[in-house]
Amino acid sequence: MARLSELPAWEREHHLDKIRDLPDFGPIAWVQGPALAQRRVAIVTTAGLQTRDDAPFRAGSADYRVIPSSTRAADIVMSHVSVNYDRTGFQEDLNVVFPLDRLRELAHHGTIGSVADFHYSFMGAASIRALEPKAKELARLLRKDRVDAVLLSPV
Amino acid sequence: MGALGHYIERAGVPSAQISLIREQTAAIAPPRALWVPFMLGRPFGVPNDPEFQTRVLRALLALFEHPSGPVLEDFPDDAPADPGDAAGFACPVSFAPAAAAQEPGAALLAEIEQLAVWHELAKRRRGRTTVGISGLSVVEAARLVGALLRGTPIGSPQADASLGMVLKRCCDDIKAYYFEALAAQPGQLSARAIDAAFWRDTAAGRAFLQLREAGLGHPDESVAGFAERSLVPRAILHREQ
Repeated sequence: MARLSELPAWEREHHLDKIRDLPDFGPIAWVQGPALAQRRVAIVTTAGLQTRDDAPFRAGSADYRVIPSSTRAADIVMSHVSVNYDRTGFQEDLNVVFPLDRLRELAHHGTIGSVADFHYSFMGAASIRALEPKAKELARLLRKDRVDAVLLSPV
Repeated sequence: MGALGHYIERAGVPSAQISLIREQTAAIAPPRALWVPFMLGRPFGVPNDPEFQTRVLRALLALFEHPSGPVLEDFPDDAPADPGDAAGFACPVSFAPAAAAQEPGAALLAEIEQLAVWHELAKRRRGRTTVGISGLSVVEAARLVGALLRGTPIGSPQADASLGMVLKRCCDDIKAYYFEALAAQPGQLSARAIDAAFWRDTAAGRAFLQLREAGLGHPDESVAGFAERSLVPRAILHREQ
């Protein structure tokens, strides 16, 4: 479905346009960690998710929302500005976008060490360059939560 | 998404990402990425299939076991077929004929009332609704859309948001209400069928297309921007041309 070769030309061009003006990310950073069974895992999504009582995302916003691990699925909504992706999956089952239940199951079975106390959401339509300061801020919070595996999930 | 991987890893935290557009991820080359051949909006494949979601999650987590990177792997399987796709695109909703003859705002309100029973059913079945971004009820949201379509001069009803932003959130709530209600009806409509039915068969779809036309020429720039970029999907605009 998301194979570019299967999309109409106008849609293909839209996605390719996004890689024509990328910043130079420099040498790749690579952080090793412990074995998976000892890792503490957090989800960072760009799906524009928020708790129901939090402020919705604004067009172009590069900030993030905090989603505590204890949040019920019924209290998570989506305020992404884009209308160009499927939302029926998210409406049917939060885990197709934000697999918190699956992560808890893997922690229960010992596949991962634990699930972080806090997860985070950006809105993917933000400019790449504007994300850097917020991502650094987020990394500090993740380290305070002893997270050593971040799962990044787009829509 | 890939940029976040670079930034977070550089700040000392290992990261692995799902990639939905392989070409974008290959160009950005984040530390670890798993490309999945799924519909945009469904990074873990398919709703209500914990086994499949767990397979994707395990494949993503396995990237942390690589000794060096960048790593870009491909998930081997497509998402299981949506059983609703086999049923075709027929909309099971039979809207009252009067709705088509009404002015757009009134037709929208009539349809919302007609769908209320299905939306209630959807909420009970799923234990949740994703409606609720705008801070207004769906009926209030529809009234705001109707007022704009009638050319009534209106300002933003919320002090901290532009009129365009409030309209965007109202339209998202109306659309979520319709999509959830349609999914609750008999016939197991697929994602594609729900989307097609919304834009082809409902007063809301027609009202949104008219709202785009009205919004593009609106003196409030926030409304014009919303109408241009955040109301009608590219796929529908290309179909309309």
